Amino acid sequence: MLSATLIYGLSGLGLFVVGLYGALRPESLLARVLAVNVSSAGVFLMLVALAYRGNDQLPDPLPHALVLTGLVVAISATALALVLERRLREWGDD
Amino acid sequence: MTSLLILPVALPLLMSLLALIWPARVNQIGVATGLLIVLIGSAIVALVAGNGVQSQVLGGWQAGLGIALYADGLTAVMLLMSALIGLAASTFACRYFAGKPTLVQFWPLWLLLQAAISALLLSADLFNLYVALELLGLSAVALTALGSGRAALKAAVDYLLLGLVGSLVFLAAVVLIYARYGTLDMLLLGAMLQAEPITWVALALFTTSLMLKCALFPLHFWLPAVHANAPAPVSAALSALVVKVVFYLLLRLWVDLFAPVITPALASVLGVLGAAAILWGSFCAIRAERLKLLAAYSTIAQLGYLFLFFSLLVVMPEGAQRQLLYGALLLFALTHGFAKSALFLAAGEVQQRLGHDRIAELGGFARALPTTLFATALAGIALIGLPPSGSFLAKWQLMAQALSLGHWYVVLVVALGSLLACIYLFRLLGCAFSPGLDKAPPVVERRAQLSPVMMALIATIVLGLGSHPLWQLLADVGGGGV
Repeated sequence: MLSATLIYGLSGLGLFVVGLYGALRPESLLARVLAVNVSSAGVFLMLVALAYRGNDQLPDPLPHALVLTGLVVAISATALALVLERRLREWGDD
Repeated sequence: MTSLLILPVALPLLMSLLALIWPARVNQIGVATGLLIVLIGSAIVALVAGNGVQSQVLGGWQAGLGIALYADGLTAVMLLMSALIGLAASTFACRYFAGKPTLVQFWPLWLLLQAAISALLLSADLFNLYVALELLGLSAVALTALGSGRAALKAAVDYLLLGLVGSLVFLAAVVLIYARYGTLDMLLLGAMLQAEPITWVALALFTTSLMLKCALFPLHFWLPAVHANAPAPVSAALSALVVKVVFYLLLRLWVDLFAPVITPALASVLGVLGAAAILWGSFCAIRAERLKLLAAYSTIAQLGYLFLFFSLLVVMPEGAQRQLLYGALLLFALTHGFAKSALFLAAGEVQQRLGHDRIAELGGFARALPTTLFATALAGIALIGLPPSGSFLAKWQLMAQALSLGHWYVVLVVALGSLLACIYLFRLLGCAFSPGLDKAPPVVERRAQLSPVMMALIATIVLGLGSHPLWQLLADVGGGGV
């Protein structure tokens, strides 16, 4: 059981690091926004893995609440980034 | 009485919605909210001074589940400062945005930014702090994008992505802390943290994230473009408040939470980075060609001083010396806040009246806009640290305490930094007083903007001559760290 938590937790950590690397590379804006999303998915996976307390026990609700809040923040940030990207393109066309 | 604490967050949040659905009255809504927040901020300062540290858990939940708010002397003073600067920038914004289509977009975001600043100052829970950081970052990015042209948009995009990366790193640290200690409440955590690898990793992640967000050298590269291209009232808030509340958060984490883990070597790393920021920021400010860019680079340098204070404070033993230094740090942060907002608002006025802010072509500025120049010069006095400004007293304390600890390099850096600040500000004033080459008819200001003058007067006179109560307040209700 511990190993399951560990596997998910480490996968989350891996996604977090890969996403951060992608977000900081001089790629196109869209790619960097996607990388930020990958990275945040990694953090959320770590939180979900953390909440697991075995098959016979209910999971810890607090990390779940944190993930829900984090998802809302992530989607708002992505929306803002996409709007800015579109405006930037409109400027580029002028 | 403790329900006062929710008001600085709730009021601007509600007013932001009101401004969104009632665009015809946005100026009135914004300025009225600014006034109310100043009143609430004063009430909180009085409450904390009279009754000690205040805390509240919202919604009737127990601590650890509900949203916890906390205010000590430091919080209350920072809150009042943000309220005053917010009000000054709000009144300035009414005329700055008059007749522009961005006016109705500005106010809801601006009020949201004020709510985020208050939330960050008052939160006592690591996850709430993450949410407040994101709210702060997103509203600041959207406000930056209101600036004119492609440069502002480009700066906003970079700001957004770096802000998101910073927030994710912060969130990862929050996860580590929860995994190890099972709580996110800062008051509970303060007594629990132990020196072990997972705590060190969390500290490193928190510190990196906040260094990026408050633009400490060498993570400062995003700041000049953002602060120079945002609309003037927004730049004032970004430079005077946004980076400073992030610094406040870092201070809280190091002093209240991670104190058992901190070693002198860690602290001196931040001190050295601060010293580098002072020298590099001032050097770039000397070479800046535009007034707003000069102000932005000066912010990088001034943040460096805060980190010098910080590096001494976290290793100092308890006692009267530490109290003095703590008060001086707060005084420096306040003086810079008021002076820098004055400088940016004055720069905005220059840009609007003269049509540009290129320093070399500012000839005739003194004749055309005397009140604005007065504000600029006063702000300059506070940024250099000449008496009677608050930063003079603060730098004096910094040098005295550094000598008592044997850190002579701090004295050298402060002296050199002040000299460099003299150069960039006197160069600006020199250009402003020159007669001007072009034959364009001089602009004569009839209705001068008073907000920059008020802010500069607070920085130079009020904080310099009337700062004694600050130390008193910190000594009485300093909170956990002191």
